[in-house]
Amino acid sequence: GAQLQLAVPVAVVFAPGSVPGDLPRPLPFRDVQEMEISVNLRAGITSRHQMLYRSTTAQEEAALGAATAREADAALRLLQDTSLGSLTLYVIPETSSLLPQGISIYVGKHRSALVRAGGGLAALRARLQQLTQVMSFTASSIAAALSDRVPDSQLGPDARRHLKSSLGYEITFSLLNPDPKSHAVDWDIEDAVSRYVQPVLDKLSLVANFSVDSQILYYAVLGVTPRFDKESSSFLLSAHSLPHVINPVEARLGSSAASLYPVLNFLLYVPERSHSPLYIQDKDGAPVSTNAFHSPRWGGIMIYNVEAPASPQASLPLHVDVDMVRVMEVFLAQLRLLFGLSREELPPEFLVESLGNEGLADWELDRLLWAHTVENIATVSTTLTSLAQLLDKIGNIVIKDDVASEVYRAVAAVQSAVAELATGHLHAAFQASKEAVTSSERAFFDPSLLHLLYFPDDQKFAIYIPLFLPMAVPILLSLAKIVREARQRKKDPTKMD
Amino acid sequence: GGMLAAALLLVVVAAAGPGPGRAQRDALREELLLSPLPNGDMAATFQFRTRWDADLQRGAVSHYRLFPKALGRLVAALGVRELHLALTQGFWRTQAWGQPPLQAPAGAELWVWFQPNVTDVDKAWKELSNILSGIFCASLNFIDSTNTVTPTASFKPLGLANGTDHHLLRYAVLPREVVCTENLTPWKKLLPCGSKAGLAVLLKAERLFHSSYHSQAVHIRPICRDASCLAVSWELRQTLTVVFDTFSSGQGKKDWSLFRMFSRTLTDACPLASQSRVYVDISPKNKEKELLEATPPPASVHEAIVQGDKKTYAVYDLLSPSLFNTSRSLNVQLKWKRPQDSSDLPTPILHAQRYVSGYGLQTGEISTLIYNTHPYRAFPVILLETVPWYLRLYAHTLTIITKGKENKPSYIHYQPAQDRRRPHLLEMLIQLPANSVTKITIQFERALLKWTEYPPDPNHGFYVSSSVLSALVPSVIAMKDMDVEQSPLFTSLFPSSDGSSYFVRLYTEPLLVNLPTPDFSMPYNVICLTCTVVAVCYGSFYNLLTRTFHVEEPSRGGLAKRLANIIRKFRGVPPL
Repeated sequence: GAQLQLAVPVAVVFAPGSVPGDLPRPLPFRDVQEMEISVNLRAGITSRHQMLYRSTTAQEEAALGAATAREADAALRLLQDTSLGSLTLYVIPETSSLLPQGISIYVGKHRSALVRAGGGLAALRARLQQLTQVMSFTASSIAAALSDRVPDSQLGPDARRHLKSSLGYEITFSLLNPDPKSHAVDWDIEDAVSRYVQPVLDKLSLVANFSVDSQILYYAVLGVTPRFDKESSSFLLSAHSLPHVINPVEARLGSSAASLYPVLNFLLYVPERSHSPLYIQDKDGAPVSTNAFHSPRWGGIMIYNVEAPASPQASLPLHVDVDMVRVMEVFLAQLRLLFGLSREELPPEFLVESLGNEGLADWELDRLLWAHTVENIATVSTTLTSLAQLLDKIGNIVIKDDVASEVYRAVAAVQSAVAELATGHLHAAFQASKEAVTSSERAFFDPSLLHLLYFPDDQKFAIYIPLFLPMAVPILLSLAKIVREARQRKKDPTKMD
Repeated sequence: GGMLAAALLLVVVAAAGPGPGRAQRDALREELLLSPLPNGDMAATFQFRTRWDADLQRGAVSHYRLFPKALGRLVAALGVRELHLALTQGFWRTQAWGQPPLQAPAGAELWVWFQPNVTDVDKAWKELSNILSGIFCASLNFIDSTNTVTPTASFKPLGLANGTDHHLLRYAVLPREVVCTENLTPWKKLLPCGSKAGLAVLLKAERLFHSSYHSQAVHIRPICRDASCLAVSWELRQTLTVVFDTFSSGQGKKDWSLFRMFSRTLTDACPLASQSRVYVDISPKNKEKELLEATPPPASVHEAIVQGDKKTYAVYDLLSPSLFNTSRSLNVQLKWKRPQDSSDLPTPILHAQRYVSGYGLQTGEISTLIYNTHPYRAFPVILLETVPWYLRLYAHTLTIITKGKENKPSYIHYQPAQDRRRPHLLEMLIQLPANSVTKITIQFERALLKWTEYPPDPNHGFYVSSSVLSALVPSVIAMKDMDVEQSPLFTSLFPSSDGSSYFVRLYTEPLLVNLPTPDFSMPYNVICLTCTVVAVCYGSFYNLLTRTFHVEEPSRGGLAKRLANIIRKFRGVPPL
């Protein structure tokens, strides 16, 4: 099979006093670390970390002299290689006060990290390798990107959660109010989107086109009747009933008729008055603190309970203003989860800079681009292979010139994407892979392919049955006669003359 | 008529419905109009109107509350300025039922005005019809250039419009479309309350399609936000008209009630609606000018002049708290006190008929009869004919005859068809003299189609869509200008020009024309016959080639034969 090489340009910058004693060569020097990523495909995937070891420049040294890691990160940003996919790792002396106690790795907002020196070169290398994987891709993130093509046994439970790579996504926020007689629910979604969602999407705009809209659906109910719990006098939705919740709601959500992009749904459900308050229980029976759950590749649902009015005679409908900060916190976390950007599985010696308003660090964007580029390349190869298989199976499909040129374009683009990946140009590789997906899908779904699809051979045979059948009769009869005579001859050989 | 003209508004305006304080920029009004028709049938017209004070065109709007997202996105994405889609089963019989409040041709009708900034209108039109076909589960995707026309005069924008460049207009009718439950369900889904509350609970498919006429429509248009008209609001009107044959379904009685028609009663208003009303037409039907009596007694009465007639309506306001005080549900009913003298149906001022004549499968003639029964006023009417290309019209045979004399139309727009590309379009402005019948005839030749162009069941015939009559009909009674926001919905879709006339759009019957249809089994028959002949020839050849021939020598026969001959000799019979 073909080889796919993912090259990550990494610059390792040693601050004065942090250079390990057992360096093989004097600084600066280059080194390549290759690693096989086995995803059990016909194509092997190799990751190549192209390390450049050097010492700090005077400016970098000055920047590293900042009081805190955050300030150093901000100052260093101006001195770095800012191309997508490249990393700059600064090794600082073991005794440096830039990092807090017990933290040996600090990951900044951009494409750099600070690493505390310590141990020999081997220990440092192991640490750098782990860091590089966190900031670019790991075997499991590549496997998750190829999850549709990898046998189940190799995947973790979360692998299929991630959204498939697409040229665009539509994000729909829906407020479900099943009981408009009791609750007049209002949400300031416009402001919340521009304040919390838009910054993340602005960063992600490199990956795909995003469109955001929202709607309010009335009389939309969940598909499950919650169970009443006497102890807490509340209603409970158990974890095992959650899969049945979505279907009846989905019929109301409305498909996006105007585009073909996948839709991400985020639903805020305000339970009806007769079912309030409503809580989600996890598998162990404990209430879920966020009162929300997500469905892989589909979106998330959050239940928003309305506090019962102080006096029971309060006039209905009760006016409810949704606390958008609380809601958006949950939805944004779900959005990151769906894109495979959760930060849960890091070891304790890692310190990751919190993001504030930006919503997404540069290296997280790179992670997404690595995964999507690999997935796009795999998608293109699957699409083109299926097209070829289809042509083998049904020979009389006509491939028009424009379809053929789309196929050629897809192949050329995918080849250039592979080449760019091997040289570590992530951005160019991603653009080429996107182009390849567009061309290959355009070729595969071209309506002209369908014209002759439904003219099977058995129909042609049926037309000629009136010819074949009467012609077959004398042949079969004489065959039968020959057989009969032959048998007769065997039984009674003396009668032969 | 001055006193009659005073349209009294006796309606007690109920306190506004649930009002979320902030940014209520959209409002829903729902309305049901029940009107007994001249021949005793009942027409029920539902209207749901969502008005949104936002400009969909700017593209910035993407947060929907009452307005359905699917339609809003469509309007914004494709540059639609105005959209009118009607799906109809059955035919509105103008002579028996009077002037329709909202008529639509049998089948599916779609007409759309696009924004001036849409560069490729045909592409947008194609895309729009495909998306609508998905939203409403209708075969609108069969709209293509062979059934799309661009009328120049018949379809003016109903909403706010600056400039009416008719190149931005597209109009198509699919007369063969069958409307059923699968079209009603998505239509109901667009309502904010669905069919869970309000007037929409009456929309039960098994009753609605058990009727003589069913027409559901969606109208989207921009309107003025206020009197100064500096800003644009968007209006979505969903209308549904259904005509019940009360006589046959009510065991010979013409009495009706909500429950008898819909097998449901009303229990509440949609909590999102700012207005929710039932109007019952109780205008006098007999000589004594006696109002009809509806039960329960209405809280108020509304008088208006609708389509040139003075009408009185009983009004039930579902949002008024007193309505559901006495009983939990509202079941409006009407009982006739004495058998109605149904002998004379009032003739509508404008009505029309159309038919195909001629014999054989080569030529034919389309005739349209337009009646003006106004006693002393003449008025012009715009006639729009769309004829598929496979009926080749002979334009020189077009004759228009009124009262025995030729009537020269003051405006003709004729666009001949192109085979397999576009249909014939004929638009004429014809003056109709008072109390007259105008006959318009045009001859055509039937084209031969290619064998793949025939639809399934070609012997059923080919439909020719209804022709459209648009006219400003002079009113016998002067009308008064009304405030559109205050008046009932059923009076406010078409803009009224002035007090002396009202706008009417009528559709004639669709036509069913037979085309010369080949015997589609013939190729197979020929194959069978040929194959059989070939097979028989082959069989004899085969026999000739494979058989061996012996000369059989006569023999005296076996023992049995000799025995038999001996016996026969005894019996005196000749031997074998």
